[in-house]
Amino acid sequence: MTDPVAMSRPTEGAAGKTGSWRTFRPVVDREACNACGLCAMYCPDGCINEDHEIDLDYCKGCGICAQECPKKAIKMEREER
Amino acid sequence: MAEIPKEEYLEKCTTACAGCTSSLSLRYVLKAAGPDTVLVVPACCTSILQGIYPNTAFNIPVYNIAFAAAAACASGMSEAFASMGKKTNVIVYAGDGGTVDIGIQALSGALERGTDFLYICYDNEAYGNTGMQRSGATPMGARTTTTPGGKTDAKKDLDRIVAAHNIPYQATATPAYPKDLYEKVKTALATPGPSFIHILAPCPPGWRIASDMSVTVGKLAVKTGSWVLWERKYGELGISSPSKGAMKKRAPLRDYLSLQGRFKGISDSTVNELEQAIEKNLAQLAKEEAGEC
Repeated sequence: MTDPVAMSRPTEGAAGKTGSWRTFRPVVDREACNACGLCAMYCPDGCINEDHEIDLDYCKGCGICAQECPKKAIKMEREER
Repeated sequence: MAEIPKEEYLEKCTTACAGCTSSLSLRYVLKAAGPDTVLVVPACCTSILQGIYPNTAFNIPVYNIAFAAAAACASGMSEAFASMGKKTNVIVYAGDGGTVDIGIQALSGALERGTDFLYICYDNEAYGNTGMQRSGATPMGARTTTTPGGKTDAKKDLDRIVAAHNIPYQATATPAYPKDLYEKVKTALATPGPSFIHILAPCPPGWRIASDMSVTVGKLAVKTGSWVLWERKYGELGISSPSKGAMKKRAPLRDYLSLQGRFKGISDSTVNELEQAIEKNLAQLAKEEAGEC
């Protein structure tokens, strides 16, 4: 069925896999993490889930999570590609 | 305080720049608004970051409209929903250019008419998506592509312009304090009639800050008093708690300015003028809160 008007529909990856933008990858040190959730709260794209796992398909590598982590449990490591 | 819902209304991912605080703000605005919401978006970053047709990252209906027309469009939409007996939230999500410069007469008209809607201005203090040209909201001393030597005029005081319309609910916020932002959007949507929220949205490419610093810079804006968090309910002003601390003891303004490339080489006299403007603003707000004016 064709739409009567040009209309976009919600889709994951509407802008492609934005993980390819990354130059630095966030790596979580599970020992140091105290699961406070500030990283997930401040992630502009909602790429960090309740278990504090980072969706690297979409993470743009902005580094806010590492900057705001009170335990400094997230390190930004250069992507090799 | 109510728990912030876990639902996300932005699919992964928009085309927003890495570290964009406007999309961070929008996450919380939509969490507070819930699924029964329509966004009206004039020309601004948000109109271009939705994704590529026929796909969109926004999981709620969005109406993209011309720069000058957002508030007028929302007025019609709000009336239409009311006549159908629907309680759908109508939210305008507009940038500072579309609010303080181009959209201001439509906004003023909608506020005067008493439209039941929420107008949000997310303010990155320049025309971000066209390459950081100065807007009326650009602060004095900031370098943009059209003010390469630093802007010589002061930032337009949008909040006092809106306050002159005597609307039921008005607030300022920044996503560096997401819970404060969430609560304010909740209150605004629960208040009948027009409401207005002005959000400071630090912009990594435009403010020439590293992408990981945008939240830190937002916090510093509040701590230095450059951005004051408050809400005004039916004319009663209340300073929000993050700004209460800042009013007692302010962080040095240079801490905020020196992190941003757009203020590189700012003169001492301009810093003084900014400092005086902050003091004047804080004094006026403190007086108003105390009921002295």
